[in-house]
Amino acid sequence: MASQEIETLAAALARMPGLGPRSARRAVLWLVKRRDNALPQLVEALEKVRETLVECSICGNVDTSDPCGICADPRRDARSICVVEDVADLWALDRARLFTGTYHVLGGKLSALDGVRPEDLRIAELLERVREGGTDEVVLAMNATLEGQTTAHYIAERMEDLPVRITQLAHGLPVGGELDYLDEGTLAQALRARRPLG
Amino acid sequence: MSLDRIALSRFRNHADTVLDQAARFNVLVGENGAGKTNVLEALSLLAPGRGLRRAALIDLAQAGGPGHFAVGASLTMHDDDHVRLGTFTQPDRPARRLVRINEAAASAVALGEWLSVGWLTPAMDRLFMDSAGERRRYMDRLAVAIEPGHAAHAARQAAALRERNRLLSGDEMPEAAWLDGIEAQLARHGAALAQGRARLVEGLKAELADAPAEPFARPALTYRPGGPLDEQALAETLVHSRRRDRAAGRTLIGPQRDELEVVFAAKDVPAAQCSTGEQKAMLIAITLAHGALAQKGRASVLLLDEVAAHLDPVRRLALFERLAQGSAQVWMTGTEMAAFEGIADRAAVWQVSGGAAQRL
Repeated sequence: MASQEIETLAAALARMPGLGPRSARRAVLWLVKRRDNALPQLVEALEKVRETLVECSICGNVDTSDPCGICADPRRDARSICVVEDVADLWALDRARLFTGTYHVLGGKLSALDGVRPEDLRIAELLERVREGGTDEVVLAMNATLEGQTTAHYIAERMEDLPVRITQLAHGLPVGGELDYLDEGTLAQALRARRPLG
Repeated sequence: MSLDRIALSRFRNHADTVLDQAARFNVLVGENGAGKTNVLEALSLLAPGRGLRRAALIDLAQAGGPGHFAVGASLTMHDDDHVRLGTFTQPDRPARRLVRINEAAASAVALGEWLSVGWLTPAMDRLFMDSAGERRRYMDRLAVAIEPGHAAHAARQAAALRERNRLLSGDEMPEAAWLDGIEAQLARHGAALAQGRARLVEGLKAELADAPAEPFARPALTYRPGGPLDEQALAETLVHSRRRDRAAGRTLIGPQRDELEVVFAAKDVPAAQCSTGEQKAMLIAITLAHGALAQKGRASVLLLDEVAAHLDPVRRLALFERLAQGSAQVWMTGTEMAAFEGIADRAAVWQVSGGAAQRL
C-alpha cells in the first residue's frame, strides 16, 4: 500500500483522459523510479504551464501568451479564419500545418438538450472579428455530427449579411478509401459534393 | 445456403449448447422456459441489430456466469464451402458487441452481407393493436435488413427531433437561425427515413401481390407518411409549423407521425379488428414477404417462435408448404411435437430443456 501522497498523485492522474487507475499507478511508479531526473522536469514543466497558461483573447486557443502563437505569427494569413469546436480540433488541423490562416475556437457546439446556447459559445466574438473587417474567408470546420452541422448552419446564417466567403470542410470519400467499403451515407455525401475535374 | 454447427456459449440459460447437422427445417421442442427462444435469439444476433428481443448485451450473458457470451455458426455455401460467423462479448467490455467472420474481426453490419435473418415472435402478436410507434419501429427493423443505412437516418432523425422539441419548449421563441440549423438536419434525415419506409412498403406490397390469398389472410399494406417525403418540402413545412408545434409541445409533422396501415384485403377490415388467428396469419404473410424481399442473393433464415401452435391443422400444413416453396432455412419452436406433424419427417428436431439441447 502506497503512502497517502502517492495515492493522491495516482488519483489525480487517473482522471486524465485515456489513463484510468491502472495506467496512473504505472505512471506514478515510473516517476518514483526517476525521482532525480524525470520527476523534477515534470514538476517544472507543469508549474510553468500553470503560471503562463492563458486563453487567447482573439481566437480562444489555449497558449502561454496572449495573443497566442498562431494569432501573433506574421506569416499567418489573418484574412482567413478557420472555425473549430474545440482546442483539440485546432491542434489536429494545425498538426498537419495545412491551413495557413488563423483559427477561432467556439468552445463547444450548440445543443438544446445539453443546454448549450449560442451565447455560451464564442460566436459573438467571431462575428465581431469578421465585422471589424480584414477577413475574406471563414472556413467552418465543425464535426460531421448532428450538433456540429447544426452549429455550422447557425453560424453561416448569422454571417449571411457580412461581406465574407463562407466555406465548409468537404464530407465524403476518405483519402485511400475504397468505395466498396464505404457506408451509404458517406457515399451519398461524396456524390452530392462531387466537383469538376481538371 | 444454411446455418449449421451452431454454438451457444454462456448465452442466456445455455452454458454450452451445440446444434449440429441442421436441416432446411429445424424444430426446437421443450417446456416453457427451457431455452428454445434463446436459441432463436442467438441466431438473430448473426445479423446486424439487437436481436429479436432487443435486449441489452449484458442481459444476454448467462446469469451467474462470468458475464460474457459467444454465439457462432457455420454458413454452408452452395459449393459446400463454409463461412464461420460469430458474435461475442469480452469480460472487460461486456457491453460491446464484437463480430468475427472467418476468423477475422468484422463489424456487425458486415454480418448482413452474408445472412438475412427474419423472425416472428409471440411478442409481435399485438403489432396491429399497439401504438403506431411500434409499427414504425417494425417498419424500420424490416427496412434495415434490406438497406443498412436506414438505421443511421432513423437515429439522426430522432436526435434532431429531440433537439427541435427541446428548443421549441423554451420560454421564448428560439432564435430562427438555430432552428434553421436543426431543421436542415431533421429534413435531410427525416426525408431519407420516410423514403426508406416507402420503398420497404412498396417492396412488401409487390411480394404480397404474388402470394396466394388462401388460406392465410392476405394483408393490404398502406404507408401513410406523417409529412412530405421530399427533403425541401419537409424543410419548408417545418418552418411554417413552428408556432403550432411550439403550442403543441412537439413536432406535429414528419416521419415520427408515420403510420403503417394494414387491412385484411378480402374483407376490407382493419387488421386491428380482425380475429387473433387472422392477425397472426397476416403477420406470417408479411414475414414471408419480407424474407423473400430481403434475401437478395444472401442466405436467408426465418425464426418462427411458437407459430405452429396458433394455427389450425389446415393452416399449419399450408404454412409448412409455403416455407418449403421458399428457400429460407427455417427454425421453429413449440412445446409439443404434435404441432409439427407434416414436417417432422423432413426436419431436424432437438429437445430443449434446462438450457441444453438433445437431438431427437
